[in-house]
Amino acid sequence: MARLKLKKLEEYLQCVDGFEKPKILLEQYPTPPHIAACVTHHIQSQHDDIEGRLVADLGCGCGMLSIGSTLLGAQLTVGFELDEAAADIFRGNVVEMELPNVDCVRADVLQLVGSKWDNAFDTVVMNPPFGTKRNAGMDMRFLEVATHLATGAVYSLHKTSTRSYIEKKSKEWGAQSSVVAELRYNIEASYKFHKQQSKDIEVDFWRFDVTSI
Amino acid sequence: MKLSTYNFLTSMAIKGVKVGYPLKLRITKKDLVESEFNPTFIERLLPKLDWSAVHAAAQQAELADDIPAEQPENIAENELLMQKLHHLLFEIDVLEGEMECPETGRVFPITDGIPNMLLNEDEV
Repeated sequence: MARLKLKKLEEYLQCVDGFEKPKILLEQYPTPPHIAACVTHHIQSQHDDIEGRLVADLGCGCGMLSIGSTLLGAQLTVGFELDEAAADIFRGNVVEMELPNVDCVRADVLQLVGSKWDNAFDTVVMNPPFGTKRNAGMDMRFLEVATHLATGAVYSLHKTSTRSYIEKKSKEWGAQSSVVAELRYNIEASYKFHKQQSKDIEVDFWRFDVTSI
Repeated sequence: MKLSTYNFLTSMAIKGVKVGYPLKLRITKKDLVESEFNPTFIERLLPKLDWSAVHAAAQQAELADDIPAEQPENIAENELLMQKLHHLLFEIDVLEGEMECPETGRVFPITDGIPNMLLNEDEV
């Protein structure tokens, strides 16, 4: 059960402010409110992995998924973000929406493994950088970190073209992986070099059961 | 930043630092927020808490009287203490302050509620 209806959740998420000046190298594409609402609502209604849980959001940006989790009753959501401008907008969103149970920490996600954050969270949700801008494999590095931080499940978005590779890697790590849904991810023309007004890319929404790691 | 988050922060990513925990917390500005008390959640969180950090946080948050220096046994059966622990960990929002690495003295600022744990390239 989810405490909010999907439609209501999406309405709230439409009020979340996004990047003012997105940085190409950090792949700061916003997670669209519709996708964030569907993803977090699914996690709660189908798997009960948000309400009353400790949730992490890796590479949280302006906090779309963190705020979605918080609206669905996470006891505490911690978003990790490298970029100062994104973290400031995150915090502005949280203050504006008067959400008490959500923190943003400025940190390098890749440095979290082996710290006190190992196995600290019940659930990790993330929309990682897809690793297309001179940082190949970044989403896989985020995913590996996530499997260390969560004790229950990791939910993540990855390009459909990498599906068989992700299956192989998650097996190596001892996680049980499944593709929950195939999404058409609409990246708005947020960077000047995008020729089309809006460009859809094919993205998989994954669930990784990490309870046996 | 909630003090539950503080409980997990370390400076161990700094080159040469062995434990980097607990960070010495100083609070210069804080806010109170309201969060629903969930005893089941606190009980599950207990094994992940480091009592020395919890106790130090309580002193900084001017709640020293609420949290004993040593973790009492059967704490989950003590509802009043569980509520105080909930208040400390989830209802204090640190807006301004800093955290200091116990080994190197490196200071991590907390600004507008955001702790900055980023390190310079020459520190890692």
